[in-house]
Amino acid sequence: MKGTLGYAFVLGGLLCAVFGAVVGIEGGLRRRSATRAWVERAATGFFLCMLGANLTMVWALVAHDFSVHYVSQVGSRATPLVYTVVSLWSALEGSILFWGAILGVYLFAFARAQARVGDRTVQLALGAMLGAATFFAFLIAGPANPFSAVAPVPPDGPGPNPLLQNHVLMVIHPPMLYCGYVGMTVPFGIAVAALLDGRLGEAWLVRLRRWTLVAWTFLTVGIILGSWWAYAVLGWGGYWAWDPVENASFLPWLTATAFLHSTMVQERRRILKLWTLSLALGSFALTVLGTFMTRSGIFNSVHSFTQSDIGPTFLVFLAVVVAVSIALLAVRGPQLAAEDELPGVASRETAILVNNLLFAALTFTVLLGTVFPLLREAFSGVRVSVGAPYFNRMAVPLGIAILFLMGVGPSLPWGRAEADVWRRQFLIPAGIGLAVLVACLGAGLRGWGPLTVFALAGFAGTVTLRELLLPVWVRMREKGEKPWTSLARSAARSRRRTGGYLVHLAMVLVFVAIAASSSYVQHTTGTLAPGETLTLGGYTVRFLGLQEGAEPHRRWVAARVEVTRPGAGRTLAPRMNFYERSTDPVGSPAVGSTAFEDIYLTLLAFGQDARGGTASFNVWTFPLVGWIWWSIPLFVLGALVAAWPQRRAVSALEGERAKASADAARGTA
Amino acid sequence: MGLKRNTWLAIGALLVAGGMLAVVALGGIGQNLVYYWTPTEMLAQGGKAYGATIRLGGLVQPGSINWDARHTELTFRVASDPNPNSPSVLVKARETPPQMFREGIGIVVEGTFDRSQVFTSNRLMVKHSNEYRPPKPGEGDHWKETLSSESPPSARAK
Repeated sequence: MKGTLGYAFVLGGLLCAVFGAVVGIEGGLRRRSATRAWVERAATGFFLCMLGANLTMVWALVAHDFSVHYVSQVGSRATPLVYTVVSLWSALEGSILFWGAILGVYLFAFARAQARVGDRTVQLALGAMLGAATFFAFLIAGPANPFSAVAPVPPDGPGPNPLLQNHVLMVIHPPMLYCGYVGMTVPFGIAVAALLDGRLGEAWLVRLRRWTLVAWTFLTVGIILGSWWAYAVLGWGGYWAWDPVENASFLPWLTATAFLHSTMVQERRRILKLWTLSLALGSFALTVLGTFMTRSGIFNSVHSFTQSDIGPTFLVFLAVVVAVSIALLAVRGPQLAAEDELPGVASRETAILVNNLLFAALTFTVLLGTVFPLLREAFSGVRVSVGAPYFNRMAVPLGIAILFLMGVGPSLPWGRAEADVWRRQFLIPAGIGLAVLVACLGAGLRGWGPLTVFALAGFAGTVTLRELLLPVWVRMREKGEKPWTSLARSAARSRRRTGGYLVHLAMVLVFVAIAASSSYVQHTTGTLAPGETLTLGGYTVRFLGLQEGAEPHRRWVAARVEVTRPGAGRTLAPRMNFYERSTDPVGSPAVGSTAFEDIYLTLLAFGQDARGGTASFNVWTFPLVGWIWWSIPLFVLGALVAAWPQRRAVSALEGERAKASADAARGTA
Repeated sequence: MGLKRNTWLAIGALLVAGGMLAVVALGGIGQNLVYYWTPTEMLAQGGKAYGATIRLGGLVQPGSINWDARHTELTFRVASDPNPNSPSVLVKARETPPQMFREGIGIVVEGTFDRSQVFTSNRLMVKHSNEYRPPKPGEGDHWKETLSSESPPSARAK
């Protein structure tokens, strides 16, 4: 019954999507504004149907209705309620169903947000997005139908993959990532609409930027949470392995980040239009490619679900997306010509252009390394993978160059710069960068890679802080405001600028954390009897003994360990979980975090010998690794500040004025 | 037509830079390829297998495990299939065997093979069954799956 109900919702959603896509694009092209109401209704209909289908699935999961195919795959009576609900997105079909729900929410939100805009591009954009929705609804209705009936009805199911019910991060990481992925549909729709419409003015740009920022924020948080999940759950002692599935989320992030920068140049100079639109379209194409790689089972990794036959469907959709994008860009190419030229080498515009080239190069190298095994296997039948050293070798120099630009770009003014002005701009930050380098060397740190990153982080961090705080200081001096008032007002007056620099600050933190944790990691392994110890980097690890326990859905064996170092001690318990229906134990690492370092323990094996119960451990120390995930609030704050709707005309003017006075102050400083 | 010439110059420079990037990237990929082979396939490569990074998948041959806890030295043979006469390769690992490690289990080792016919592993992954279900008798027979599904890396090469 629930299966039939759910499937009816899916078919309803498919109908709404097809109808809305056809009417939206057709009506939009023929300038029939009367049809717009119908497109909006179709979007709402799609939203409601997808919501209904998802709620039905959750109902079936919670009620343990094993006659529904998907429930029989991932449900189990022993699974705790929260993981039962979460199993909605823990396997292939459910995750695509969930994808549909998020797409519905985005469509609904976009239609509501643009309700007062009487522009036909809105109708076209909704049509294009419903076109994408058609594909996903088709996928749910056909190749990845989660609602098909199972006969005979099994008494119980296997429960979700144990790796996916081991940590609470599983509850929030996938939805965040999906919100990021699916969110790229909106910029795609807007870009397609602008190109179809042919009036390539500025109105679409504001929308495009804001919706890309929404998707970008979710994607950023999703990626970081994903690496945190990998770190806290998988227990291999790391957070990023250049796994195809990780790369799949990283690629659209790169192009979306490039887009958010190039859009500023386009706004000021009216150049890079073609490029900016290509980035928006490319980000969506890359999310589709990423979904294809994640969902089709073409790669085998922890995240990808079992083999399925949805691969070809995805490839067809990807081909359509790419073909439509290229065709539209080709047709409208002449209208996208630059209306101006770069003002000079030492300008903000040039810095952003170089930034975009670096992001493009990074996208290219990561994409190449990710799809190379597929191409190689397709053409020569040889199974290979591209090792992490390739990615590190390519990404580290590019990443360092990007960090350097984070200091250079904001120091350069828009337009042509007077040489002596910008030289003075660089003096203090460069000095601080050097001071950081000297301090690190003095502290005994070695290795050109991390030291370069720390020095550049000092440089870029100083520039960012100066750009954030200088306007505040100017206000305090000129208007006699209190620091907090001044900070709030200056942020409110130039939100995008403030938000952008907050995000830069978070990014600097991430750079430092990655450099420190990957360069100064320490590792040891050993087998201990109770009372025996092992030392690593100032820590003493003492094995206290084994402990056993049981929960409804699993048994576990934990090794109690006392970790001490001068001035501090704590007890940790890495463990191994045995799920009733799994053949293999699933380890849970134990992490002792401090502000500056994590100690990370995994239980490799345990057993009996003459000395009693022994346990084998892998032990790592990761300096600063926590900073990666602690940067999330800063990212979110920055994005919120930047994306918050503002009364445009007034505040833009005020923002300019504040900037002008800041520039003036800089001239006198 | 100064603008025109500059545009062409810019496009030319971009093409050259892009080409160089492609060459560097493809070279980097070539040096960092990891081959997925079974012992039979690897041995068939002859000298070509020496020095390459290989992910060798197969079964732990019964009776071949030798574990020296004091020196953290593990040796065993990886065979292509359960047949006792099937081709096998001696593997050396400086790693504590994980809990699931035992005779006959599917395993993937990553490392290099050298002229002395020893495979030096720096990463050892016990094959987690792809399907989430109770074990069936003769589970180990599905050694092909060992290559096609990689479990979360249990320990990373340093």
